[in-house]
Amino acid sequence: MIALSDYLILGAILFCISVAGIFLNRRNVLILLMCIELMLLAVNINFIAFSHFLDDTTGQVFVFFVLTVAAAEAAIGLAILVVLFRNRQTIDVDDLDLLKG
Amino acid sequence: MTFEKFLFYFFAAMVIFAGLMLITRRNPVHSVLFLVLAFFNAAGLWMLMEAEFLAIALVLVYVGAVMVLFLFVVMMLDINVAELKPGCFIKYLPVGLLIALTMVVEMVMVVGPSHFGLALYAAPAPHAPGYSNTRELGEMLYTTYMYPFEIAAVILLVAIVAAIGLTLRRRPDSRYQNPSKQVRVKRDERLRIVKMPAEAKMEPK
Repeated sequence: MIALSDYLILGAILFCISVAGIFLNRRNVLILLMCIELMLLAVNINFIAFSHFLDDTTGQVFVFFVLTVAAAEAAIGLAILVVLFRNRQTIDVDDLDLLKG
Repeated sequence: MTFEKFLFYFFAAMVIFAGLMLITRRNPVHSVLFLVLAFFNAAGLWMLMEAEFLAIALVLVYVGAVMVLFLFVVMMLDINVAELKPGCFIKYLPVGLLIALTMVVEMVMVVGPSHFGLALYAAPAPHAPGYSNTRELGEMLYTTYMYPFEIAAVILLVAIVAAIGLTLRRRPDSRYQNPSKQVRVKRDERLRIVKMPAEAKMEPK
């Protein structure tokens, strides 16, 4: 049988892949947004695994809310990206230093 | 190895493969497509864990709507892929790999089989044939979690309004009608009555 730890390790690996992706792709804001989506997926896998093994549906309800917030975040993030590209003609992270941060 | 175990390893390997391809491709379109692959395989994993409703919702809502939105934006932005300089990838590769590997080792030490193995968390018995995951989730969502559910709906509404508000722009060079101005128009703005003397009567010859 598949153990709970198998699912948790898969979630951990997926989360770390997306963290590595944020480090490696310091060029493209789009890929950063996609890495965030992948992170949320890893978290959702953990939620569902615990919900399955503890036999409690609350975890699935929480995944539902995480999906909602992730969809809203993706929509607003992409809208900001479109406005950014319209004004600066670039989505290169290194060029986005208007605030001198 | 049972069929269930084979399915788990297949889906898990595909998710990890898709994740690795996602972060190493330079073309964003390929990245989006690999993200779609990752979501599909994650939906398979959720199906294995008897979360049927969420697995279908992931494919329908996430792959069907959010990923298509991503694809739309990627294709609309007209990014020059050749211009994305490649030097950065190699520059950040050591530190990225170091941090990712450290995090993986730490997390596996915490969530590994010694703490969350089958001995401590036995696999639950499969549900009876008549069991409906959607029904149970719905009952919970519309009773205990009614208030958070409403808030989630409001968050989605705010996201719609914000996304439209951010991207809407009036082009100054395009001509458009203003209906409220059209309705409020007065007679004097459109009609001009010119007084002029009547002409002399024409005598028949």
